[in-house]
Amino acid sequence: MSHPIYIVLIPLIPLVCFLVLGIFGRKYFTNSAGIFGTLGLLTSTLFSLSTAYEYFFVSGKLNGVFQKIEVLKFTWLEFSPGVSIDLGILIDPITVMMLVVVSFVSLMVHLFSLGYMKGETRFATYYAFLGLFTFSMLGLVLSSNIFQIYLFWELVGVSSFLLIGFYFEKPSAVAASKKAFIVTRFADLGFLIGILVLSFYSHTLDFGVLIERLTTAGSPYLNTINAASFLGVSALTWGLLLVFMGGAGKSAMFPLHIWLPDAMEGPTPVSALIHAATMVVAGVFLVARLFPVFALSDPAALQVVMYTGAFSAFFAAVIACTQTDIKRVLAYSTMSQIGYMMFALGVSKYNGEEGLGYMGSMFHLFTHAFFKSLLFLGAGAVIHMVHSNEMKDMGGLRKLMPITHISFLIACLAIAGIPPFSGFFSKEEILMASFESNKLIYAVALLTSGLTAFYMFRLYYSIFWSKPTDSHHGHHGEGTLTMKIPLVLLAVLAIVAGFVPISSWITADGNAIHSSIPITFSILPVSLAVIGILLATRLFKTENELPQRIAIQMGGLYKAASRKFYIDEVYLFITKKVLFNLIGKPAAWFDKNIVDGFMNLLAKLTAGLSELIKGYQSGKVQDYALYFFGGITGLIIAFIYLWK
Amino acid sequence: MSEIPLTHILFLSTGLFFIGVYGLFTRRNMITMLMSVELMLNSVNINFVAFNKYLYPEKLDGIFFTIFVITIAAAEAAVAIAIIINLYRSHHSIDVEDASEMKY
Amino acid sequence: MSAASIIFYIVAAFILGTGILAVTTRKIFRASIWLLFSLIGIAALYFWMQLEFLAAVQIIVYVGGIVVLIIFSIFLTIKSGDEMPKPILTRSIFAALAVLFGSGFLLRLISLYTFKPTSTTVFNLNVNQIGIQMLDTKNYGYLLPFELISMLLLAAMIGCIVIAMKSKDKDATTFQNTIQ
Repeated sequence: MSHPIYIVLIPLIPLVCFLVLGIFGRKYFTNSAGIFGTLGLLTSTLFSLSTAYEYFFVSGKLNGVFQKIEVLKFTWLEFSPGVSIDLGILIDPITVMMLVVVSFVSLMVHLFSLGYMKGETRFATYYAFLGLFTFSMLGLVLSSNIFQIYLFWELVGVSSFLLIGFYFEKPSAVAASKKAFIVTRFADLGFLIGILVLSFYSHTLDFGVLIERLTTAGSPYLNTINAASFLGVSALTWGLLLVFMGGAGKSAMFPLHIWLPDAMEGPTPVSALIHAATMVVAGVFLVARLFPVFALSDPAALQVVMYTGAFSAFFAAVIACTQTDIKRVLAYSTMSQIGYMMFALGVSKYNGEEGLGYMGSMFHLFTHAFFKSLLFLGAGAVIHMVHSNEMKDMGGLRKLMPITHISFLIACLAIAGIPPFSGFFSKEEILMASFESNKLIYAVALLTSGLTAFYMFRLYYSIFWSKPTDSHHGHHGEGTLTMKIPLVLLAVLAIVAGFVPISSWITADGNAIHSSIPITFSILPVSLAVIGILLATRLFKTENELPQRIAIQMGGLYKAASRKFYIDEVYLFITKKVLFNLIGKPAAWFDKNIVDGFMNLLAKLTAGLSELIKGYQSGKVQDYALYFFGGITGLIIAFIYLWK
Repeated sequence: MSEIPLTHILFLSTGLFFIGVYGLFTRRNMITMLMSVELMLNSVNINFVAFNKYLYPEKLDGIFFTIFVITIAAAEAAVAIAIIINLYRSHHSIDVEDASEMKY
Repeated sequence: MSAASIIFYIVAAFILGTGILAVTTRKIFRASIWLLFSLIGIAALYFWMQLEFLAAVQIIVYVGGIVVLIIFSIFLTIKSGDEMPKPILTRSIFAALAVLFGSGFLLRLISLYTFKPTSTTVFNLNVNQIGIQMLDTKNYGYLLPFELISMLLLAAMIGCIVIAMKSKDKDATTFQNTIQ
């Protein structure tokens, strides 16, 4: 990296967009805000692509291994010699990949929003928020130390909050933004404690040094952190699990996933950007960032990651089959796919060919970003036309929206894992990795993959088939050109992203993986996906009674799944009934009666005292003269008789 | 005059001073309060003169202080009357009971 | 008892009597006249003490200046013929108590103390001497206080004008308010 300056510019350009649009947008950029932001991001994207080219093809490799390169570093806050908070830029394969993904998807969303958000009163504000988010996310992936990542972590949380609550006139949007903020904030508390634990024992915040100190067998840091334990679990495991808790909160892993479906209250392009492609994979990115520590020093924590991911993947897929709001289906699908990435990390080992899961996870992150944002943008186009999120208001749209229809179909095929679409390749890697390490996880993954195909095509048929074409009147076309271009571009990527040689670029230890997956291995998952698709075709291609009857036959299970397995209710019960009654109410009572009471008592005493003596300040000059005379007399007597 | 002791003159000035004090405390009209202040200043003058004459006959300090006090009293009366007129303009009264806004 | 001492007691009684009348009478114009008499009595006391110069100053400044000023301000502000309101009862009680206590206390102190003259020379006031010492810069001269007093008088004069001046802006706004 001979030119660090333009890597700095990648996150700074969106920041400038944010500042300019945020301060002057509503006055001077009422209509041109979108073009301004889009052009800024286009520059950023070009820089990202050139960084990727530079890194992967020119300067990234040293002796055949991709290096971690610290491009920039300066000390920001120094606590003591050796312990300081730095700001820096760290370039390694996953960073470069995330740079490309984030800036590209963000560019697509900027472009799409030109049409989608047209005519909004807070158009410039919307673009300002998008700029803020893009800046924070790019900063997050470029962070060179764990504290810096925390800063940007919170910033993406804030921008997510702002964008979910963009339609703040809607009470549901306000509630959703608050929910997202509080839940992720709660998880971030764990993250912060995890940071403190890890840095306390390793005496550093820097990623490179931290990983080196905590993975070198026999190093004093590793010994102390393993020796310290709490509740029978070593401090290292605690630290990693708490960091993972932060990641699980952002990545909507069970049981911290409850905010993600509600977050769909935000504008749909925002969902595509934040809640599908970029922010929600931050948790995966974080675990991948610390992966050497997980894999080499603490397999137990990695097991937790694996089981959490697998359970979330399956759990969310089941719920997705029952939802009727198309964005919620996509939200649960996102959660399921992120679960995939998580357990792929969980089953992975560090070295060489055994690091297949890590590679698969990153690969899936890469491909998923394209097809899932495509799905969301497609859904956005549909919603833009139908003005509803509900499946029952849709159907038969394939003739009216040909481009959306085709691109949506491509994305569905990709997510279902049908060759040669991109999802197939990344999913195969993950399945292979789990097959090699844990058969139970493999089984869950296979089942989830079948379910995925089923619910995606349920969605597809419900939107584009199911009803006769002419049931929609008064529509206003498929949308502007700026809305179609991103769909087409992403569709192309959803097809070809699978052919990107990720396996030789992004691996846990930097060495390329050369294994190929035998064709026989692919038969089972693909046929499962095909079964899922056929089933969905039978049930949902034309309107019929069958889905209704099956739902009734499933009875309680269907109901539970459609109510999201009552997780929200459980949270409500815990917070309202348990926390509020047991902790909140006594605390409130204490605050109201003891703390406030003491203050009120002081105030009353003061008021009473002043009530008693304020009469002396009567405003009448002769009273004052009398007091003055009394005082003088007293002093005279004292001087003459007492202090002679 | 030598058979009149100093103390008698001091009794006179004390009496005059407390007459002034009484007037200052009881009069509600600002002009009459000003008069009371003039009485008090005059009792002080009597003291200065008497002390000078009886106790320090070779000096003139008491006389000078009396002259200065008279001068300052003139200035004070002028300023006080300016204030009284200003007060009358704003309150249409020179009763100090009416000008009691500066209270709790 | 010599004639001089009889004259002193008469003058003292005159001063005190007119002083009491000046602070108690309910008609303000009369009060100012009683004050005038009291000040003239004090001038008479100065004459009795053979301080003719001081007596002259007293009459010129107090009687001729201050009392006339007071009478003018009475005419400017209140109806001089009306009786003034009675003093507030509680306050006059407290004032009387304070005065009785203070004067009793002081009179007792004075009567207990023996004053000793510092020299036996006979006091003799010479106007010449006053003039010389007033403008002297050494030998206990009073030039500096004299200058200070003149500055004070100037300041008081300007201050009076500023305080008593009507502000034109205020009048303009009130005028505007009335026509609106």
